[in-house]
Amino acid sequence: MRLYIAVAAGGFRRYATYRVATFAGVFTNTVFGYIMAYTYMALWDQRPRLGGYDLPEALTYVWLGQALLATCAMMGGGFESELIERIRTGDVAVDLYRPADLQLWWLAVDLGRAAFHLLGRGIVPMVLGSFVFELALPADPLTWLAFLVAVTLGVVVSFAIRFLVALSAFWLMDGAGAAQMALLAGLFFSGMLLPLPVFPGALGEVAAVLPWSSLLQIPADVLLGKHTGWDLAAAYAFQAGWAVALLAAGRVLQSVATRRVVVQGG
Amino acid sequence: MSTEGADAGDAGDAEDGFIELDGVEKVFDVRRRARGGAGAGAGGEARGGARRGIGRLRREKHQVRAVDGISFRVPRGEMVGYIGPNGAGKSTTIKMLTGILTPSGGRLSVAGIDPSRERTRLARHIGVVFGQRTTLWWDLPLIDSYRLMHRMYRIPDARFRANLERCVELLDLAELLDVPVRQLSLGQRMRGDIAAALLHDPAILYLDEPTIGLDVISKAKVRDFLRNLNAERGTTVLLTTHDLTDIEQLCKRVMVIDHGRLLYDGGLAGLHEIGRSERTLVVDLEQELPPIELPGARPVRTEGPRQWLAFPATESAAPLVARIAADYPLVDLSVREPDIETVIAKMYVDRSAV
Repeated sequence: MRLYIAVAAGGFRRYATYRVATFAGVFTNTVFGYIMAYTYMALWDQRPRLGGYDLPEALTYVWLGQALLATCAMMGGGFESELIERIRTGDVAVDLYRPADLQLWWLAVDLGRAAFHLLGRGIVPMVLGSFVFELALPADPLTWLAFLVAVTLGVVVSFAIRFLVALSAFWLMDGAGAAQMALLAGLFFSGMLLPLPVFPGALGEVAAVLPWSSLLQIPADVLLGKHTGWDLAAAYAFQAGWAVALLAAGRVLQSVATRRVVVQGG
Repeated sequence: MSTEGADAGDAGDAEDGFIELDGVEKVFDVRRRARGGAGAGAGGEARGGARRGIGRLRREKHQVRAVDGISFRVPRGEMVGYIGPNGAGKSTTIKMLTGILTPSGGRLSVAGIDPSRERTRLARHIGVVFGQRTTLWWDLPLIDSYRLMHRMYRIPDARFRANLERCVELLDLAELLDVPVRQLSLGQRMRGDIAAALLHDPAILYLDEPTIGLDVISKAKVRDFLRNLNAERGTTVLLTTHDLTDIEQLCKRVMVIDHGRLLYDGGLAGLHEIGRSERTLVVDLEQELPPIELPGARPVRTEGPRQWLAFPATESAAPLVARIAADYPLVDLSVREPDIETVIAKMYVDRSAV
């Protein structure tokens, strides 16, 4: 356990070393936040209470999306590109002979990264957004705490999906295609473009039960106070269920991959 | 566990073979698209493949025998060179010895452990350095990677500090501990990697091309350290390399592998004898002269005042150098070791002649 804490700390610090990248990320998130906020304002002006959200809630949703974009790696950009590269070049051999578990190792790395991204790329855009727009942020610290739990679960679900994507490189030899598909699915089904309840009919219902809704839709609804009491417990259970199922699938794939597949290169 | 008798005889095992391979094979299935009837033209490595045409896709399944029945024993405390050309099966053997790859056939035991069955337990007994890969954490200072090793191998604090201190001193790492790994030169990174592999006091060290791409000074530092490690700590070392000088300076015993088979196992002198290998003397003279003719040396090439002379690798260069220095206007000279590919090529020529 102390090993994985040390690995997570390393994951945090290695992202912290790239200050310019962090600054550029904050800038991009903020600019996109403004663009999307004005787009939402136009939309909500035409259709007030779209998807059950009033305007301040919708704007809060926009800025949360920007704040969590890097944290929950909705468009990728976490450990997976590195792991894919290591599988492609054969460097993964180094990871495999160590007395450590591959999945836990990368989970620790990714949790460290997510913690940094939440602090380094989450807070500033949110604050900058709240200066200009009227947001529906809760006053109760317990709601914030509940939100943090939902974000943590969201990061684990996001990790589990990306771990599966990365392992596909053992068979495909190049994980770029799989990563591209995961990016599109993540962007759409996490609710990054529009909140999932806005989608009409079957599309919205399907999107709500897919694992990606754990990344943004559920944490956002928790912060907006849409899940309380048993409903909150059900939301957590939904996230945790996907996390366990996908991590287990990752374990199976990992053992097949390491047993049967050739480690590349000399 | 299928190690009959191996468990009972742990101490006995250590006597005759700390690393033991018995008819070890590794066969890879390689699929490739069928090229109309070119079954035989599949490259040197693919032999005895099963072919299977699947519908329209017509993909052939070939078997590549990367390691084809290798047996050897390495006693505790020995330092052995394991050499061969690219694609000979060296790295595949090392990967099986670490437990990353499961052998397709034969028996394999390292320190009494079956590597692929108990990879994690074995990991605490071995250190691995892959010359072309790094175990260090790229974006973080070197010391951070060592702290990670501390946790990963559960090294007791006092032992960790003592080992780190020793490695830092002998491998000259003091100035580098706070430098991010990505800023290290290749030689510095290699020394950093060697230290990382030794912090948990492994009884066995596998080195896969540890001097590849290093300059002369870095190579010398790495070799000094390895010699010292083997002498003082009794660490068993298995070293793959392309550089025969590594072997010459470090190993009494050398094994040659090619096409997955062991071609030679013995001393380096014996290898030179079998391979009839030649060293090359590069002589710079004051002026252009006709090729030097001396007994025991063969003129190979002349280019202005510079001449190349080949002589048997089993002979000393000293008498030859003395003769040249006495009879010719000598400006400078150097000796080049034979390369592995040439030695092995000559072994093949000999075999087919028999």
